[in-house]
Amino acid sequence: MKLRVDYRASLRLVGTVLKYLAVPLSFPLVVSLYYGESVMPFVVTMGLTVLVGSGLEQLSESSDIGAREGFLMVAATWFAVTVVGAIPFLIEANGIPFVTSAIHPESTLANPVNALFESMSGFTTTGATVLGDISFDSHTRGIMMWRQLTQWLGGMGIVVLAVAILPELSVGGAQLMDAEAPGPGIEKLTPRIAETARALWGAYLGLTVLEIVLLYGLNVTGFAPNMDVYNAIAHGLTTMPTGGFSPEARSIEAFSAAAQWVIIPFMVAAGTNFALFWHVLTGEPKKLVRDTEFKFYLGVIGVISAILAAVLFLGDGLVSVAPSGGTYDQLYLEGVRNAIIGGPESSLRQSVFQVVSIVTTTGYASMDFNAWSAPTQYGLLFAMFIGGSAGSTGGAIKIVRWYVILKSLRRELFTTAHPEAIRPVRLAGRAVDERAIRGIYAFTLLYLVLFFVSTGLVHLDAARIGLQVSVLESMSAVAATLGNVGPGFGVVGPMGSYLDFSNSSKLYMVLLMWVGRLEILPVLVLFTPEYWRR
Amino acid sequence: MRVVIVGAGEVGSHIAASLADSHDVVVIDIDSERVEQMNYSHDVLALTGDGASLETLEAADAASADLLIASTDDDETNLATCGTAKALGDAFTIARVKHVGFLRTWERSRGTFGVDFMVCSNLLTAEDIVQVIGLPAAVDVDWFANGLVQMAEFELGEDSPLLGRTVSEADQFELLTFAAILRDDAVELPRGDSKLESGDKVVVIGTPETVHQFAQRAAPKAAAADTETVFVVGGSEIGVQVARLLQTRGIKPRLIEQDPDRAREVAEELPATLVLNVDATDTSALDRENFGMADTVVATLDNDQKNLLVSLLAKRLGVDQTIAVVETGAYRELFETVGVDIAVNPRVVTAEEITRFTREQTTEKLAFIEDDRAEVLEVEVGGESVLVGRPIRESIADLPEGVVVGAIARAGALVSPRGETVIEPGDHVVLFVDETVAAEVTATV
Repeated sequence: MKLRVDYRASLRLVGTVLKYLAVPLSFPLVVSLYYGESVMPFVVTMGLTVLVGSGLEQLSESSDIGAREGFLMVAATWFAVTVVGAIPFLIEANGIPFVTSAIHPESTLANPVNALFESMSGFTTTGATVLGDISFDSHTRGIMMWRQLTQWLGGMGIVVLAVAILPELSVGGAQLMDAEAPGPGIEKLTPRIAETARALWGAYLGLTVLEIVLLYGLNVTGFAPNMDVYNAIAHGLTTMPTGGFSPEARSIEAFSAAAQWVIIPFMVAAGTNFALFWHVLTGEPKKLVRDTEFKFYLGVIGVISAILAAVLFLGDGLVSVAPSGGTYDQLYLEGVRNAIIGGPESSLRQSVFQVVSIVTTTGYASMDFNAWSAPTQYGLLFAMFIGGSAGSTGGAIKIVRWYVILKSLRRELFTTAHPEAIRPVRLAGRAVDERAIRGIYAFTLLYLVLFFVSTGLVHLDAARIGLQVSVLESMSAVAATLGNVGPGFGVVGPMGSYLDFSNSSKLYMVLLMWVGRLEILPVLVLFTPEYWRR
Repeated sequence: MRVVIVGAGEVGSHIAASLADSHDVVVIDIDSERVEQMNYSHDVLALTGDGASLETLEAADAASADLLIASTDDDETNLATCGTAKALGDAFTIARVKHVGFLRTWERSRGTFGVDFMVCSNLLTAEDIVQVIGLPAAVDVDWFANGLVQMAEFELGEDSPLLGRTVSEADQFELLTFAAILRDDAVELPRGDSKLESGDKVVVIGTPETVHQFAQRAAPKAAAADTETVFVVGGSEIGVQVARLLQTRGIKPRLIEQDPDRAREVAEELPATLVLNVDATDTSALDRENFGMADTVVATLDNDQKNLLVSLLAKRLGVDQTIAVVETGAYRELFETVGVDIAVNPRVVTAEEITRFTREQTTEKLAFIEDDRAEVLEVEVGGESVLVGRPIRESIADLPEGVVVGAIARAGALVSPRGETVIEPGDHVVLFVDETVAAEVTATV
């Protein structure tokens, strides 16, 4: 059998991306140098990635790729980058015989499965963690910054970045970006795809810098005493990609209310189509306020936030007795109950922050929402499926798909009464192609089927190793990894971790994050025989 | 005046016939038989040749002509003919087109394609049809600036919510101008504090949408009775334009198109129209959509026989009013004899418009209000007009009492006239003028 896919050309491009990965690795290296830590984890990884990357580049002369090679290139790039991203974690925890000794042997990332999980969770901007102890006692500041940086690189997309920088990707670039970018298609902003990619990354970089400056500004003006330069950069790097990693064990709860309020609009922006920011910057700000998806997105966030805020304000949204062995104790619960029940600012802030964080799939938390009552948690579980806008850095199903599905369902009702009626589904006045609608249904159904099957598998596997998890917890773990959200409920709650799951479950979740980030089909197609055959 | 007409079909010969009495007319057609016939039947010079070619136009001495009318059945030929004529001399060129797209392009920049005046037969036909269907609450309706601007006259009944309100309270729309109040045989120009009384007739000028919204405020009952159901049968361009014009009035028409692909196209273009993919002769499908209960059925299929069939079927099913498009001029009377209420021939409509324009030149359109007590006219203003180059507040002071600037159409879009608005040369201005000063005003603007 002759393979139809020119996998060598795909791998050659993967090699190029790996080679360039050495550049961002130098950032945590500098951080480590500044704090006087060992730089070995980064130096070794840089050497390895350049070596492997250059090796792969020798596979093929040509970098001409078609649609099929594009899928392979994107899927393989994400996997390869994840593997390289895990190496610094492994070196920190295990050392390298004869070269360097372990820096923090107690780190849970000594287990390669955990290191891979953390790296995949980083690049896919999931924000689910398997760190046993999130503190500088068991990890160097360089490693913690690398963990943040992986999310920033994955946010706008590694391949989009490659298209922006590498001239050899200019021809197949649109194809590649389409396979990687969230949402049902990409919007070319400029005649040249590389310029579009640069515009998107430019807006992304600009917003990130703005957030870092504002967060540090809060520190300077005394509104957020613990938001030092390190924390401002660390959180700037994980807000815009809707990542959710934080070097603080208590996530955003560790910071003042002012810092939480500042982070909210940036999470909202991260879940917005970045093409709209480009329009705003090029003098068409009306396109932002008129965009149907954007309005629907704000509406959804507004409605869910308002309902949850009311429930929290009235006290029905919080449990009254802390369970034994939970992620929080009675003292913490009394504290949040006193602040939230009857507190307009804090109930509104906690509701908006959590809803925005979950809908945009960021995964930050400004409180341990395990203390929320079951119905409120179901509200958040529902929000995990919504996702950000198309062309944003958010995960899950995406607002625009839900919008099209709702409108086409309404059409079904209408055509039941008028069977001969021709009624296009309109998005912002423009008719949506029927094939695109079919694609949206297929994707959403596939997503939901994958969710239910995976929940069953994860729940069974937990039972196998004797891990006590409720169905809601299993569902939330799968929804949070498949949708690149991050935290779920119970053991995998915002202050908890995925550490207790078995290695097999964690590997399966690595797959879910990978598939979820690339929106299932570009990865799934690689496993069909038709893809490889003539 | 020396007039060259290219195309001796129905439109061309109709125009030639009406101009031959008072002008020197040269007719060009590619069909030699038709040319021969033309030479005998009319007092014109008819030549054989391709109107878009330099040789033919030179043979017709188009260079020294005052007016050239391109009226063949083919849009592109007509545009090319006007362009060629412009290369030869500076005759005023008029082009007949069918597609609205060409008209919209030309409106964006008048003079494009070498065309000085453009007549779009599909749009004119649609306007004619929609005018017949009528704006339920209005006493009188007319269109200006190629459908961009609508004038309507409403009578305020006892139940109108506007009674006792002032004009500024009643006029809440940005793109609507209150032109006049007709009270007890007097034409009154409205001031902001004029109070509206029962029995007043008000004339408003604005976009079709705002005129419709105003109708709902002025006469909500009559406007609500406008649950008028209109079926447009046939997704031809005329059909689409009819549906579009009805939409702008708030009527939600139903359009029947047999071809699924075309139905989809039409549905994408017309958001407020219910497009049905049905064969117009499939009575069981028509029954499901209550075709027989319709107030009006407009047949805009591409074939006269089918239009006749659909209209008669609609009549049989109990439809009140049937309107049919008829391409063959000779059938028009026949249609109305056998029971179609109104038959509209796009060629006649077009020929009439071109003839009217040729006679009137600058005044592009004129409508009379209430037995000629006042008139609404559309003028393309030149550089020497008193209106040009300064705010309306100043220019209106130099005009006699009894003039209101109702609307300004600039590059295919409506500009709302306010005191500070400056009119530019080339703008199309819709004016309301009291009949007593009409002659004086027409001379100065």
